[in-house]
Amino acid sequence: MAADSGFLNLDLLALSPPGWGGVLLAGFAASLQLAVGGYALGLVIGVAGAFGKLYGGPILRDLLEIYTTVIRAVPELVLILLLYYAGTDAVNALLVMVGLPRVDISGLAAGIFVIGVVQGAYSTEVLRGAINAIPSGQIEAARSYGMSPFKTLRRITLPAMLPYAIPGLSNLWLIATKDTALLAVVGFSELTLVTRQAAGSTKAYMLFYCTAGVMYLTLTLVSNQVIARIERRARRGIAGPV
Amino acid sequence: MSDTKVTMPAYVPPPPRRLLEPHRIFLLAVFAAIVFCVVWFMRWDWLPKYQWKLIEGIGETLFLLFSTAAVGFLLALPLGLVQVTGPWPLAWLARGFCTLIRGTPLLLQLWLLYYGLGSVFAQYPEIRQSELWPYLRQAWPYGFTALMLSFAAYEGEVMRGAFAGVPRGELEAARAFGMGRFTMFRRIWLPRAFYRALPTLSGETVLQLKSTPLVATITVVDVYAVISRVRQDTYLTYEPLLLLALIYMCLTGILVLLFRFLENRIPSRGA
Repeated sequence: MAADSGFLNLDLLALSPPGWGGVLLAGFAASLQLAVGGYALGLVIGVAGAFGKLYGGPILRDLLEIYTTVIRAVPELVLILLLYYAGTDAVNALLVMVGLPRVDISGLAAGIFVIGVVQGAYSTEVLRGAINAIPSGQIEAARSYGMSPFKTLRRITLPAMLPYAIPGLSNLWLIATKDTALLAVVGFSELTLVTRQAAGSTKAYMLFYCTAGVMYLTLTLVSNQVIARIERRARRGIAGPV
Repeated sequence: MSDTKVTMPAYVPPPPRRLLEPHRIFLLAVFAAIVFCVVWFMRWDWLPKYQWKLIEGIGETLFLLFSTAAVGFLLALPLGLVQVTGPWPLAWLARGFCTLIRGTPLLLQLWLLYYGLGSVFAQYPEIRQSELWPYLRQAWPYGFTALMLSFAAYEGEVMRGAFAGVPRGELEAARAFGMGRFTMFRRIWLPRAFYRALPTLSGETVLQLKSTPLVATITVVDVYAVISRVRQDTYLTYEPLLLLALIYMCLTGILVLLFRFLENRIPSRGA
């Protein structure tokens, strides 16, 4: 009876094929890859976007404003569908134009692209705020030392804005880990979709969904610990709680 | 006093940034061209056939949004309050609940409730024969519950900060006036915390709007589900999705304006 309804039938979680543990772990690894890749891409877009918004010309500024506003106003699920299809179509159209054969874009690359574009809009705003919070004298001092804009960025602006940016950026990381679940809707086998398949074929719904929940929760809690440590390090030398 | 007085040059405020600077006119022209191309070259002939379904879907989305936000906010008040003043078992429970909900994806919670709890309910004949069963067989109670719990957890965290951030002096003043604990809560603590939470409440509501399309994955027919149906029927990829993005942008814009109106009505000095 209990084994049939299956909440305590832990054999189903065995790592080798009759159990689904290995499949779940593979899905978890795929989720992690997506989150890390998307987050990194988002950071790159965010740094470029923040600098464009602060120092760019009027047209660039307006375009970036439109980018961040639109991305933040439309549900992630809709964006993921749009960008997933549009992104793969665009790459193929480009390849055909150049005269190369069409390629199948891996779900992972498309997923990272989608999450990166979405995260980029949010991290643009976070980084812009953080750069604005740097006392302007520090950047002026760098300029008066004769540093080039790129060196100023690398030596002064990025390190100095870090303590202001970390709370926002860590929030974005947690959002990125949870946004990976949305790719289940376009059929990418990350943790949530794999869980659904496992649950559907064994009928042990509660067991698998709870297991996946524990995995996501562990990821969040471990991330929180790491973030707290990074924040302590970035804030060293800054007086008091800000 | 004398003619030689050095007068400061009158302060000339910089010209305000206007909406229609030259480059903006150029950008608007470009966008007008893009919109024209989208309208002209893409297929929109399915629109009249589905318009009523779309309107119903928008209604369902808005209903889900406001009902879950309202009930979730009512649940968030005790969640925030016990974390600030409650006895430790309650505070511990509330914090655990918030961490649990905020640490897992909403999609997973939704599927856990719908497929997991739904299948557990179906195993018990007592539940199958109860009067609630006709409702428990449908999808929307599960969607409502998941969205509501999620809103409560995120907003509970906000309310915790808001309750904790009300200056102690105001509460002490209330006690000095001889207010009872409940009167103090109703007249001072709750309104002050609510004003402090209002700006974040607007952001949370927009986030909640953006989570509502997830319920389409458990067969609730909101505007996202209607658009998915259109895509299946017409084999179009982009047009329905573009329309959907436009609809959500309009809804977000209206929500933001609504909250700005509310915020402006509340008297505030700093805070």
